[in-house]
Amino acid sequence: MAFLTAAVLWLVAAALAIPFFTRTWWLPEAISEHARTVDGQFMLTLVVTGIIFILAQLALGWAVFRYGGDRSGPAHYSHGNNTMELAWTTATAILFIGLTVMGGSVWAKVHFQGAAPGAMQIEMTGQQFAWNVRYPGPDGKFGALDLKQINDQGGNPLGVDSKDPAGKDDITVPTMPVVVGREVELTLRTKDVTHAFFVPELRLKQDTVPGLALKIHFTAEKKGRYELACAELCGLGHYKMRSYLEVMDQAEFDKWMQEKLAEKQQQ
Amino acid sequence: MAEMAHEHAAHAHAAPTGFVRKYIFSLDHKVIGIQYWLLALAAVLVGMALSVLMRLHLVWPQAKMGWLETIFPAGAAGGVMTPELYLSLMTMHGTIMVFFVLTTAPQSGFGNYVLPIQIGAADMAFPVLNMLSFWVTFVGFVVMIAAFFVQGGAPLSGWTGYPPLSALADAGPGQAAGQTLWIVSLAIFAVGALLGALNFITTTLDLRAKGLSLMRMPLTCWTWFITAILGLLAFAVLLAAGILLLMDRTAGTSFFVPGGLILNDKIVNHSGGSPLLWQHLFWFFGHPEVYIAILPGMGVVSQVLSTFSRKPIFGYRAMVYAIIGIAVLGFGVWGHHMFISGMSPYSSMAFSVLTMAIGVPSAIKTFNWIGTLWGGKIRFASPMLYAIGFVSLFVTGGLSGMFLGQPSVDLFFHDTYFVVGHFHMIMGVASIFGMFAGTAYWFPKMFGRMMHEGLGRLHFWLTFLGVYAIFGPMHYLGLTGHLRRYSELSGFKFLSQNEPLHLFMTVAALITVGAQLIFFVNVFWSMFKGRKASENPWESTTLEWTVPSPPPHDNFGGKVPVVNYGPYEYSVPGAPRDYVMQTDPEGIRTGH
Repeated sequence: MAFLTAAVLWLVAAALAIPFFTRTWWLPEAISEHARTVDGQFMLTLVVTGIIFILAQLALGWAVFRYGGDRSGPAHYSHGNNTMELAWTTATAILFIGLTVMGGSVWAKVHFQGAAPGAMQIEMTGQQFAWNVRYPGPDGKFGALDLKQINDQGGNPLGVDSKDPAGKDDITVPTMPVVVGREVELTLRTKDVTHAFFVPELRLKQDTVPGLALKIHFTAEKKGRYELACAELCGLGHYKMRSYLEVMDQAEFDKWMQEKLAEKQQQ
Repeated sequence: MAEMAHEHAAHAHAAPTGFVRKYIFSLDHKVIGIQYWLLALAAVLVGMALSVLMRLHLVWPQAKMGWLETIFPAGAAGGVMTPELYLSLMTMHGTIMVFFVLTTAPQSGFGNYVLPIQIGAADMAFPVLNMLSFWVTFVGFVVMIAAFFVQGGAPLSGWTGYPPLSALADAGPGQAAGQTLWIVSLAIFAVGALLGALNFITTTLDLRAKGLSLMRMPLTCWTWFITAILGLLAFAVLLAAGILLLMDRTAGTSFFVPGGLILNDKIVNHSGGSPLLWQHLFWFFGHPEVYIAILPGMGVVSQVLSTFSRKPIFGYRAMVYAIIGIAVLGFGVWGHHMFISGMSPYSSMAFSVLTMAIGVPSAIKTFNWIGTLWGGKIRFASPMLYAIGFVSLFVTGGLSGMFLGQPSVDLFFHDTYFVVGHFHMIMGVASIFGMFAGTAYWFPKMFGRMMHEGLGRLHFWLTFLGVYAIFGPMHYLGLTGHLRRYSELSGFKFLSQNEPLHLFMTVAALITVGAQLIFFVNVFWSMFKGRKASENPWESTTLEWTVPSPPPHDNFGGKVPVVNYGPYEYSVPGAPRDYVMQTDPEGIRTGH
């Protein structure tokens, strides 16, 4: 029984740990400097917790194996050892708090500092169950919004105020084209319930909170079309609330913008 | 004073003779404990059934199940589960498991049954209040189940019920009457939990036998006592939050709903509220709730590991301080559920440090459990297997928390299956292994009969392997960014690539749930046909093993126990047997 129990404890722990070495399932590609820093912190945490995991499961299995067989004589009478208590308390405290302090700088970079001046302004608004991505157009200014002018069918899902000149050149689309290597300052809003912006390749996730306009920033460094999903339960259509982050070069982006502006003129 | 109170409680009520007063509206803590335990068994059956339906839908979203339409005519028209039905099953699975299983069995069930006997009391301090807490909780369960059968069905906003989704009746099917019943049920449950907490605290402080100082209490009593304090502080906040949310829905207030919202093309008639306020209140309750679920399991595991290793618990005082440390820190970490919520990024840093700090007392407990096994003479009875399983699961589930406690890493893992795997391992399965250990350990005391050992072992092995097979892969899913609370995976490439892993988990879940039949058969067969249990079949040391199995109505047959020893005096050199009961006559030299 002792051997069987220990063997199963070890086998289960090994089975759980192995895919972390083989990377059969792994983090998606990282397409920003921030994403790579997060991955670094993840790897550090994985190494620290991985070592503790293996040692703890080994020790558990060993204790069961060593002290579970047909031993002669009584168990060792002991109420513990204060030196050991102190040692492992201090060691874990240093390790765990050290980890979080190191991770703090990664967090600070993306959340304590805003975007640099001149970042591309984009606003993303969630609604049950779609994303609306708005660009300020050539004037660089978003038009004011008016709840009463919201008209999903009529092509004004956000209610851009028709009387505000700044809104005349606003472009609202369902996906998010951005320029490769150029920083984006993204303002996140919602029309109804809480949603969340998530692009796995950016390692960024942020709730869109009713009543708030939250800003995050990122710089995508690799061209491509990346899935953008809602990460906060928002109702029955949560599973299909999809958009795309489309990372293109400046020329492609300009061409796309010109086309959208021309379409807008015709309306 | 304590003695007077004790005398008073001992004679507060004579053994009732009628069936109703004896088994239904009983004042006896032992009957009430078993009632709570049976309620949790019923609830876990419902919760498990819901999880099976969810697992089936995730793998075969278009499967036709005709019988499903009979139960959910709207949610499964034609026998095919709709996304909204999936979400309401998910909501109800989480809610029922967290409240009516994880909060009900370990604390109210075993605590009620065992605490008074372990401290040498005839009953809880307030027997009538005790009966009330159970029946209030029972009503809460009935109201919760009723949510399935109202217009629109059960709510779909998850067990966390974030507004505005949970505050606006038009936000989806199930958000009208179903969501209202859900909130009412939680409020009722909170009242029951508060009454229970008061009773536990008073009982522990006032009714301990002569000689039973706090530092001689079994660790089980410590965990029930501290859990009661957590419950008192946490459920009070949940109750308040629930009432505010109810008022937002029915009385036109706007605590949680801001202005300027548009739902279904209509302007929402609310203004000035904050959805984040709900999250703060909910998690101020919700995180201590995790410890409410697992602390009693830690107590049981400490008791069982010591008993079946025939060794004193390693570092009793450190264990007590760790329990208290977890409880105190547990009230300062709720913000780690809100790293992506839009709360101030500076407070995230503070919550992160406190969160990682709570890993320290948790690690102390793990070290001490292994230290208890070390040098022992292990007896592999089924309670011990469950306890060993608990330690393995606790290590695994605890360490994945190290990723989620750091906001930078949590940015990626938040709302993915990594989180689902983490909390199922630790709050779900580890706690449930604590309950299995408790059931196997105290069953002989509760029912006077032994459980079947062979069935117990078979159930342990299948369940232990099964839960790792279900919840282990969730961490791999999380690595790929796989989002939780998605009723279908086909819409996204990064989700649908994981369908084979989901299939594996569904098969593992079906086998594991099937294996629970063994447990239920063992429980109900043993209740009537099991081998007769002696007074102290495990050769344990604590007070419940000094009385007959099952104990008489007033526990100690009119005698007042006197405690002379600490709770875990096993293998004391020079003692006549390898265990010294807490009530053994003085004269044996022990180190405690």
